[in-house]
Amino acid sequence: MSEETPDLAPILAAEGISLRFGGVRALTDVSFAVRRGEIFSIIGPNGAGKTSMVNCISGRYRPTQGQIRFDGQDITRLGPNRRAALGIGRTFQNLALFGHMTVLDNIMVGRHHLLKSGFLRGMLYWVGGAQKEELAHRREVEEIIDFLEIQPVRKAVAGTLPYGLRKRVELARAVALKPKLILLDEPMAGMNLEEKEDMARFITDLNAEWGMTVLMIEHDMGVVMDISHRVMVLDFGRKIAEGEPDAVLAHPEVRRAYLGEDALEAEPVEA
Amino acid sequence: MDTSLLLQLTLNGLIVGMLYGVVAMSFVLIYKASQVVNFAQGEFLLVGAWVCWWFLTEWQLPFYAGFAFTLVFMMLFGLVLQVVVLRPLIGEPVISVIMATIGLGIFFQALMKWIFGVFAKPFPPIFAMEQVRVLGLEVQTVYLASLGVSLLIMAGFGWFFKASKHGLAMRATAFDQQVAQSLGVSVPKVFAMSWAISAVVSAVAGVVVGVVNGVSSALSFYGIKVFPAVILGGLDSILGAVLGGVIVGLLENWAHYIDSQWLNWGNMFQIAPFYGLVLILLIKPYGLFGTKNIERV
Repeated sequence: MSEETPDLAPILAAEGISLRFGGVRALTDVSFAVRRGEIFSIIGPNGAGKTSMVNCISGRYRPTQGQIRFDGQDITRLGPNRRAALGIGRTFQNLALFGHMTVLDNIMVGRHHLLKSGFLRGMLYWVGGAQKEELAHRREVEEIIDFLEIQPVRKAVAGTLPYGLRKRVELARAVALKPKLILLDEPMAGMNLEEKEDMARFITDLNAEWGMTVLMIEHDMGVVMDISHRVMVLDFGRKIAEGEPDAVLAHPEVRRAYLGEDALEAEPVEA
Repeated sequence: MDTSLLLQLTLNGLIVGMLYGVVAMSFVLIYKASQVVNFAQGEFLLVGAWVCWWFLTEWQLPFYAGFAFTLVFMMLFGLVLQVVVLRPLIGEPVISVIMATIGLGIFFQALMKWIFGVFAKPFPPIFAMEQVRVLGLEVQTVYLASLGVSLLIMAGFGWFFKASKHGLAMRATAFDQQVAQSLGVSVPKVFAMSWAISAVVSAVAGVVVGVVNGVSSALSFYGIKVFPAVILGGLDSILGAVLGGVIVGLLENWAHYIDSQWLNWGNMFQIAPFYGLVLILLIKPYGLFGTKNIERV
C-alpha cells in the first residue's frame, strides 16, 4: 500500500461509454476517471463488462457512444498501437505471450515504439547510433527483468515456462512500453496464494516506485480491497458504485449484485 | 555413369535451389506476416527483371545503378500493391484474397507482354567472363554471383528477424495481431513492409535468372516452382523455405541426370519436385518445419 495521496488530476477519463454488439449491451453509459498515480480496480460479476471496458480503453473495441480522454487528449478514435505509443500498456486475461519467442524478445517487442532506429539506421548498426541506443534499451530492459525476478528465464522460450512465470513475463512486456497507465486484466487469475502475493507486491511497487497508474480487473476481492486506492463496480454493463474499497463494499447495490437480493433483505446493511 | 556430369548438375541444383530458396523466403514472408498466399510471387520476379532490363538497355545505365534503381522501384511497387489492392481486403475471406493475388498475377503477366513483347530478350553482358572454373567444373559467373547474393539475402533475413525492431514486430504480428497492436506495433505498416521486402527480394532473383536465361514470361514460372519449396519446408518457416528451395533444386537436377543417363523420357526434371513433395507430405503433413495447428475443442 502506498502512503502518499494520489494526484487528483485524472490521467484517464471515460465519459458516457456505451458499447453494443448488435442487440447485446455490453456497457451502458459508464463514466469514471482514474487519477494520476492511483491503483484503480474494476470489479463485478462475470459478464459485467469489465474486460469490455478495458478493451475500449486499450483500443481493441471502439465504444458505440462516449468519449475517452487520456492525459488530456481525446483518444476515442485512435487505434490500439497509437494508444500504446501514447503510454497505455496492457496485459491480457488469457495469456498472450509470443510463445515461440524468447522472454527477452517478448520484452523487446514491448519496446517497439521506443526504438527509434529505422530500417536503414539499423543496417548501419555498428556505424550509427544504433548500438548506443541498443545498449541504453538493454539496460532498462534488464532493470525490468531484475524487478520482476525473471533473470533465470530471460533466454528461455516463453511458451515453455510455467503459468505463474508467464504471467510475470507478460507484465514485464507491458512495463517495457514505459506506460503511464497500465491495464491489467485479471493479473492473478489461476494463481496460488504465494504467486498472488508476489504479483500484488509487483503491482504495488510498479505503482509506488515506478510511478505507474494502474487500472486493474481482478476477481480476488481480498487482493482488490488490499491494494486498490479506489474501486468501481460494474453489473450488467452499468456502473453501480465507485469509491474507496470499504465504502464500495458497504454499498447496498454492490451487496445485492454480489450476494443477491434475498441476502440483502435478510441482512440489512447499516450506513 | 558420368560422375563429372553428376557433380556439375548437383552444383547447379544447389545454386538454383538457393535461388528458389530466396523466392520461397519472400513468399513465406508475406504468408507469415499477413496470412496471404501470394499467387503473384512469380510476377514479382518478372516485373523486377523487365524493369532492370529496361534501365540497362533503354536508359543505358551501368548494371549497378540500374540494379539499385530496380530495387527502389520494386520496394515502391510492393508498397503500392499492398496499400491499394490488399489493404482493403483485410478481414475478407481468405479465398477472396487468394483470388485477388491470382488476378494480380494475370494482370502483370499480360501488362509485361504488352509493354515488352512476348519474346525473350537477353541482358547486356555484365561480367567479363561468362564462365569460371571451380574445382574443375564449369560454372556461370552469374550463378556464382547469385550464390553470393542468395547467401547475403539469407543472412540479412536472419539478422532482420532476430535483431531488428521491425523484424521483431513482424514476428509478433505473425503470432498475434491484437497483442502486437497493444504493444504499439502498427499492423498495416508491418503488412506493407512485408510486401515491399518480398517484392525487392523476388526482383533480385528475377534479375539473376534474367541475366542467365534472358527475360521472358517464363520467369513467372518460378512462382509455381516455389510452391513445392515452401510447402516442403512448411508454409510458415523461413528456414524451411530455404531448405525446401535447395531440395527442389537438387531434385530437379538429379532427375535430369537420371533421365539423361538411363530413362530418356525428357522433361522429367519438371515434375520430379512434385513427386518429392507428395512423398514428404505423406510423412510430414505440415512440411519439414511447419507449425502444427492444434485445435482444442
